Amino acid sequence: MTGLSSYLVLAALVFSIGLFGVLTRRNAVGILLGIELMLNAVNINLVAFARFHGDLTGLIFTLFTISITVAEVAVGLAIVIVIFRVRRTVEADRLDLLRG
Amino acid sequence: MTQSLALPLLVLAMPFGVFLLLAVVGPLRRTGRGAGLLSIAAIAISFVAALVIWTRGFVAERTWGWIPADGGPIAMVGVLVDPDLGNPMLVLVTLVSLLVQIYSLAYLSDERPGALGRYYTYQSLFVFSMLGLVLAPGFLQMFVFWELVGLCSYLLIGFWYERPAAARAAVKAFWITKLGDIGFIIGIVLLWSATGTFEFTELFERAQGSALAIPGLATIMFLIYLGAVGKSAQFPLHVWLPDAMEGPTPVSALIHAATMVTAGVFMVTRAAPLFALVPEVLTLIAWVGAFTALLAATMACVEGDIKRVLAYSTVSQLGYMMAAAGAGASAAGFLHLLTHGLFKALLFLAAGAVIHAVGTNDIFRMGGLFRAMPQTAIVFVVGTLALAGVPPLAGFYSKEAVLGGVWEAHLMGPFLMLTLTALLSAFYMFRVVFVAFFGRAHAGGHPHEAPWLMRGPLWLLAALTVLVGVRFALGGAEAHEETPAWLAPLAVGLAVFGFGLAWAMYQRGAIDPARVATVLTPLDYLARRRYGLDAIYAGLYRGFILGFSRLIGWIDRYLVDGILNALTALTLRAGDSLRHLQSGRAQDYVYGVAFGVLLLFVWAQLWR
Repeated sequence: MTGLSSYLVLAALVFSIGLFGVLTRRNAVGILLGIELMLNAVNINLVAFARFHGDLTGLIFTLFTISITVAEVAVGLAIVIVIFRVRRTVEADRLDLLRG
Repeated sequence: MTQSLALPLLVLAMPFGVFLLLAVVGPLRRTGRGAGLLSIAAIAISFVAALVIWTRGFVAERTWGWIPADGGPIAMVGVLVDPDLGNPMLVLVTLVSLLVQIYSLAYLSDERPGALGRYYTYQSLFVFSMLGLVLAPGFLQMFVFWELVGLCSYLLIGFWYERPAAARAAVKAFWITKLGDIGFIIGIVLLWSATGTFEFTELFERAQGSALAIPGLATIMFLIYLGAVGKSAQFPLHVWLPDAMEGPTPVSALIHAATMVTAGVFMVTRAAPLFALVPEVLTLIAWVGAFTALLAATMACVEGDIKRVLAYSTVSQLGYMMAAAGAGASAAGFLHLLTHGLFKALLFLAAGAVIHAVGTNDIFRMGGLFRAMPQTAIVFVVGTLALAGVPPLAGFYSKEAVLGGVWEAHLMGPFLMLTLTALLSAFYMFRVVFVAFFGRAHAGGHPHEAPWLMRGPLWLLAALTVLVGVRFALGGAEAHEETPAWLAPLAVGLAVFGFGLAWAMYQRGAIDPARVATVLTPLDYLARRRYGLDAIYAGLYRGFILGFSRLIGWIDRYLVDGILNALTALTLRAGDSLRHLQSGRAQDYVYGVAFGVLLLFVWAQLWR
């Protein structure tokens, strides 16, 4: 039986990998994947706390998060496709229309 | 409400109602003649009411609270009717206004209907303001109407505002009278802060009970007198009055001869019990008045513009009145105010008829008008005789009363100046008469007698000038009872001498005016240049006001604008360098967020 801390370390690792992906990936789809990783790290946390505190709220919360994440990915990917149609690229560095 | 109160309110209400009607209802105003007739009808009613007030000798005072305060109202508004001062003034104002408005109907018949309507709107406002000034029961209300008549004067001088000279003269008149008015308002407020009241009756009661021994009363009264200096064209603020002749002649007759300019004299007479407490100010008033009279008379002697001669003559006669008021003989001064109002309005209206006929103001381009327009010539001569002080015309008695009053007050200097002025006024008036009416006729144009609408008022004024004089001659020993016996012969002698001099110089040709001018070169030079006063004012204006404006302009342009420009430049530069922070790439912002969160963690760990 591993302790709570190992779950938290795992979650932190997944979160960091996700953040690293968001910050460094040049492809917009990659960035979206990074965001997914970060969200799932949170889910791991929630589940772990729910399990160790014997409180089901965390599990229910996780179900909400997963469904919202699905919706977010659907919208995000749709935006990426539209951007690709317009700009013929999905590289994040090129998407700088708002540059000052 | 008693009758003695209803009638004064009616007198006030008629012109005000017409003014409101004409000001608000545009189509009515643009009828021109219709507006004029309406205004004349209203002023006629006012005149009849004023006549009743005067002949019945109404006495009334009624005030209503105006500016409320915890300890009773600060200022009152109302009417003060008194048989000695206010009532004759009411009659004079309404009479001259009525005649002038009738006269204007013919004089300004060439104007567009809109302009004529505007003229009558201003006229009604003026009559209302002047009557309000006369009926004012306190200094504050008087000041309000005082400014209103000043405004009307401005509007009517600038009636032909398309002419630059008229517009400039209007502004000049407004500015210079304002100089005096500043003193007036400061004086009123100081008097109020010392006594707690603006009302004449209360102030006079305290003055009689010698409860008015305020420190600095002399300064206060001097400041109040300054208002009269501006309004009544006393030296050194007299320069606006000759320029005011740019307005239509009926306006000059009404405002700048008979009524408004005498408001200063009226005010000093009204406040005579207060001025009596400060003999040093009174002496100053007498000296300034006499000096003004003499100075203006010399300038009238060299002037060629008929209206300007009359304007200087008005300044001179106002000096007379002021000198009388300063000598403590304010009754004599007021009497001169009334008679002068009659014959000076007559002279101006006659001059207007002449100008209307020949189309020029220059007396040296008139000449021989007696043959062309005998009626106008006769009434002009009547006015001239009255002004010169020839018995039994109205001017003789009032002038003698003024001289007697000044003599009684032992003011030798002013008395000598005034006697010299009497000589000069006979001279310059007969100079105009001989040059314009009897001299060699000049070619060009066929001058003709004015229409009856203009002649009627002239004859009426001439008749009144004679009648008032005759009435004094028959019944009135009261006007000049304490004057020395040699005064009347002296006054007549001076008038005759002035007449003779003018006759010799301009009719007979026995004395060449040019040679007299060369003998009196410095005086002639100075008088022709109006003693350089206009130049001094212009210089002061350029030096001070324009210099000050330039300084302010420099500060605005370089200091205020400079700071603003520096601020905007700084903002622009800062924005320019900071805009590179906004790369437009979402990942950069995420970097920022992540770094910020990291910093927060560090801060939370280290400085908890």
